[in-house]
Amino acid sequence: MNWTPAEPIVSIRGVFKSFGQLVVLKGISIDVKMGEVICIIGPSGSGKSTMLRCINGLISIDRGSILVEGQEVHDPALDKLALRKKVGMVFQQYNLFPHRTALQNVMMAPIHVLGQPKAEVEARARGLMKKVRLEGKENAYPGELSGGQQQRVAIARSLAMNPQVMLFDEVTGALDPETVKEVLVTIKELAEEGMTCILVTHEMGFAREIADHIYFTDRGVIVEHGPPVTFFANPRDPRTREFLGQIL
Amino acid sequence: MATVDRASEGRGGFAVMLPFRLAPRESSVWRFADWISLRAAVVLVAGLWLGLAVDAFAASAAAQPSILSLMVKWSPVLFGGFLFNLLISFLSMAIGTAAGIILGLFQVSLRIPLRRSAWVVTQFFRNAPWLVLLFYCILLIPFELSIFGRTVPFPDWIKAVFGLSLPVMAYVSEFVRGAVQSIPSGQWEAAESLAFSRRKTMTMIILPQCVKRVLPPWMNLYAILTMATPLVSIVGVQEVMTLTRAALGAENRVDLLIPIYLYVLSWFFIYCYPISRYTVRLERHFTVIG
Repeated sequence: MNWTPAEPIVSIRGVFKSFGQLVVLKGISIDVKMGEVICIIGPSGSGKSTMLRCINGLISIDRGSILVEGQEVHDPALDKLALRKKVGMVFQQYNLFPHRTALQNVMMAPIHVLGQPKAEVEARARGLMKKVRLEGKENAYPGELSGGQQQRVAIARSLAMNPQVMLFDEVTGALDPETVKEVLVTIKELAEEGMTCILVTHEMGFAREIADHIYFTDRGVIVEHGPPVTFFANPRDPRTREFLGQIL
Repeated sequence: MATVDRASEGRGGFAVMLPFRLAPRESSVWRFADWISLRAAVVLVAGLWLGLAVDAFAASAAAQPSILSLMVKWSPVLFGGFLFNLLISFLSMAIGTAAGIILGLFQVSLRIPLRRSAWVVTQFFRNAPWLVLLFYCILLIPFELSIFGRTVPFPDWIKAVFGLSLPVMAYVSEFVRGAVQSIPSGQWEAAESLAFSRRKTMTMIILPQCVKRVLPPWMNLYAILTMATPLVSIVGVQEVMTLTRAALGAENRVDLLIPIYLYVLSWFFIYCYPISRYTVRLERHFTVIG
């Protein structure tokens, strides 16, 4: 590997993707440096979630390149396990495994995928449960937890793999307003610890507060991007202005 | 996902404010069916025993053994036959379930030829009459087979077990396919993003969630299979129906005909009714838990 931490940890170059007749991504390029927090905003159906899923190879791309730590994600010879160890993902619908307790959800992948010893994984998982402020909920099943609690278990589950990059796909989109905050606090703490985060979000206030860089996408292209201060104070493109006008 | 709103149900609240329902809810239909069937069965069984009691008096007047004493006399033989029916049902269910799980997993395989052929096999056996399958197995399976130089006999009842396990296999295959496909795609995505292989996702995440979805229809299928086991009498297996006919032949009493069949029928009922009751309860339980 000839990648160095000075280069972008995620480098997306001219990515195209279509589902049948529908072109979802039309030449997207984004660079994410290590420790950076990137927020992607934009109207529904503008391809934000698709882009996120391309980064960890859940969706294949038609054209372009996506490098994670210098390795091409869509190289057929790529070791997907190695990639997914590096890139964690949290979903809008939490997608916890309902037949396992919160702690087991966190422990499953390190034990059964990475083959790490159970005692070590359990100690780490308990630490992660504490970190997301869910101490005492270890033995609860997902169905017994609130949306915000489930989402924090999902974050802990993803962190248990020790990823380099975390992808957040509208993680507060399905939550009750009163539980949104607890999830955002958890993400903010992660970001402050230096975790590289790529977030797709509709929480503008949060994006402004946490992001190092904001990307605005519409109909499969990046319309505008910049640091949050200039982006929110002084949007240049009329589409951005219209979108922000509707949301803020 | 019919999560029943229990708060708005019946007692409490104003009836006029409740939503108008065109069709009665499924659970109340079932409850009504249960009610009817239980009462019908009680009437039948009570009628049987009452008839027998009357008959016993009449028989003591005439110079022939009473129906009751004849039934008592034949009970051990018939009950042995009934146990044989249960043995056939256990074995058919076990073989059919094992084969059906494999076939069902083939039906959700990523390999298209495998998936297509599993689908064809499933549809074929699911839509074939059980009796025809039984005849085929009786006629097509040899009565013995030499495996590694040793001769393994295949008596008729073993062939019948295979015959009955074929439709069970097809039904279980459909249960598995349906259950796997009913698991939200987010579960697959989450597992994939945690680097689970497809095989591990299936065995550790998808299939465990399928068990509770499959259990009620599977138990239902077992009850249906048990009630279908008398079919094997037609292909010459010595089970309860064959033995009943033998008893009738030996006694040569026309008035024994109806009571003795009712007697055998009540055994099946006593065995299968709790299973169907429990299935209904399980279904209700899973509907609420989701």
